Amino acid sequence: MEGFVALYIFMLAAFTGYEIISKVPTILHTPLMSGSNFVHGIVLVGAMVALGHAESDLEKIIGFIAVLLGAGNAVGGYVVTERMLEMFKSTKDKDK
Amino acid sequence: MGINIELLIQVVYFGAAILFILGLKAMSSPVTARRGIVWAGIGMFAATAISFTYPGMHNYVLMTSAIFVGGVLAWWTGKRVAMTDMPQMIALYNGMGGGSAAAIAAVELIRLSAGGELTHSGPVSQVLAVLGALIGTIAFSGSLIAFAKLQGWMRKVYRFKGQQLFNMVVFAALLYFGWLLTGDSFGQNELLAFFGLALLVGVLMTIPIGGADMPVVISLYNALTGLAVGFEGFVLQNPAMMIAGIVVGSAGTLLTQLMATAMNRSLGNVLFSSFGTGDDGGGGGVEVSGSMKAIEAADAAITMAYAETVIIVPGYGMAVAQAQHKVWELTKVLQDKGVRVSFAIHPVAGRMPGHMNVLLAEAGVPYDLIYDLEDINSQFPNADVALVIGANDVVNPAARKDTSSPIYGMPILDADAASNVFVIKRGQGTGFSGIENLLFFEDNTRMCYGDAQDVAQKLIAGVKTL
Repeated sequence: MEGFVALYIFMLAAFTGYEIISKVPTILHTPLMSGSNFVHGIVLVGAMVALGHAESDLEKIIGFIAVLLGAGNAVGGYVVTERMLEMFKSTKDKDK
Repeated sequence: MGINIELLIQVVYFGAAILFILGLKAMSSPVTARRGIVWAGIGMFAATAISFTYPGMHNYVLMTSAIFVGGVLAWWTGKRVAMTDMPQMIALYNGMGGGSAAAIAAVELIRLSAGGELTHSGPVSQVLAVLGALIGTIAFSGSLIAFAKLQGWMRKVYRFKGQQLFNMVVFAALLYFGWLLTGDSFGQNELLAFFGLALLVGVLMTIPIGGADMPVVISLYNALTGLAVGFEGFVLQNPAMMIAGIVVGSAGTLLTQLMATAMNRSLGNVLFSSFGTGDDGGGGGVEVSGSMKAIEAADAAITMAYAETVIIVPGYGMAVAQAQHKVWELTKVLQDKGVRVSFAIHPVAGRMPGHMNVLLAEAGVPYDLIYDLEDINSQFPNADVALVIGANDVVNPAARKDTSSPIYGMPILDADAASNVFVIKRGQGTGFSGIENLLFFEDNTRMCYGDAQDVAQKLIAGVKTL
């Protein structure tokens, strides 16, 4: 049963992702790709849990790498996306 | 107390998942995009902060220092990087995410091989852990190669005889070790072979791919990282990871599909064909007639200043020359002369869909002057001047005329339909696809050689003197 709950989560999440993208204008493709790149930075949370439960030295080293890379994904993804989106303004937003 | 903390963690993860979805949704419209990333950011921050209270954890010093080092490095590079280099930064951060997911799987599988248990034990969990490790590792090494290529550290396209076969053998070996890992008797040697082969597959997949296809590939790896994160989320029983990962996985897959379609190529084509290597005799079907005719920037400026409508077609050359600010300045002086200026953006101009939009937005060009291919193509016949700035394949009429051309069938901007076509270009070479551009030989085309920024500066000066 538990496996099926996961399957339902996977299915619904897949449809959600599909819906979000299907109506996006070309102008936002790169920012959106960057934004979704940021969102999978949630891997950081899993990496923290993995490192938090690591026992052997090898586990600790790899866990450390996981957290390091995950933090890079999350922070870098945010900074880059934020910088890109900051620039999107229409004619009326601009000072004359 | 313990129960309450666990409940609180779940509530925060739940909220974060909602914020991710709402944030991505907001990012799909230019009006709300800026608040979208902030929402997603709040979700991420809350989820990370609450994870410190996860029960039964230790190694806090290691954890904090890893977050600090990784975060500061990424923050610093992300702030510093020029807008033109954004695509490779996305590739780099994406690779880190894939690597992180793979490393999580490695920790889990090492524990399992040493006689321990997965966080969530069971055959499904074990298969997903291995799958996530496989996908994540490929996304990791593949993204790093993509980064190196876009950064210009690796210019060559590597191909050799029997490459496909070799890749297939390596991939089959990877699958074999992956299958071993789903069983109950494997040791560190098998793990090492598995991860080594997965790294190799990512490298092998990416090295034969040319620059023009990189956007599609980065988007694909982005989707793969999402999937890997989602699978590892199941192993760790972390619904936030499952939802965020799979949403990105499916959104990324669709985005990849859209990009490939915009180039009139299938994904299989991108990954396995020899497009863009120059060894397929591109453009051979139609005789290249006529010659390239050069023009001085000052003369081009006069024509533009007296034109009614000018359509600017930017491409990667504009990005390389960082000419977007000068181009906007040129637009403004032309507007002062009463010229109607608009921008035509091809879906795959630059290194990623929307790459040009981002650069023009950085320079301050309002997005309502910028048009997509479908909206602007009917305007070219009425335009007095089409100014092509460092774009090449996306305006090549061979895509319409030459059935033997590798880009035949790709939708292009019909710049050749304008009364005058000015092309700003650094030299006489071909574009990223290595295909001769028929547009440059047309009777109404004039070539303006030089760095896009310098030429734009000359055009501005030329228009101003009138």
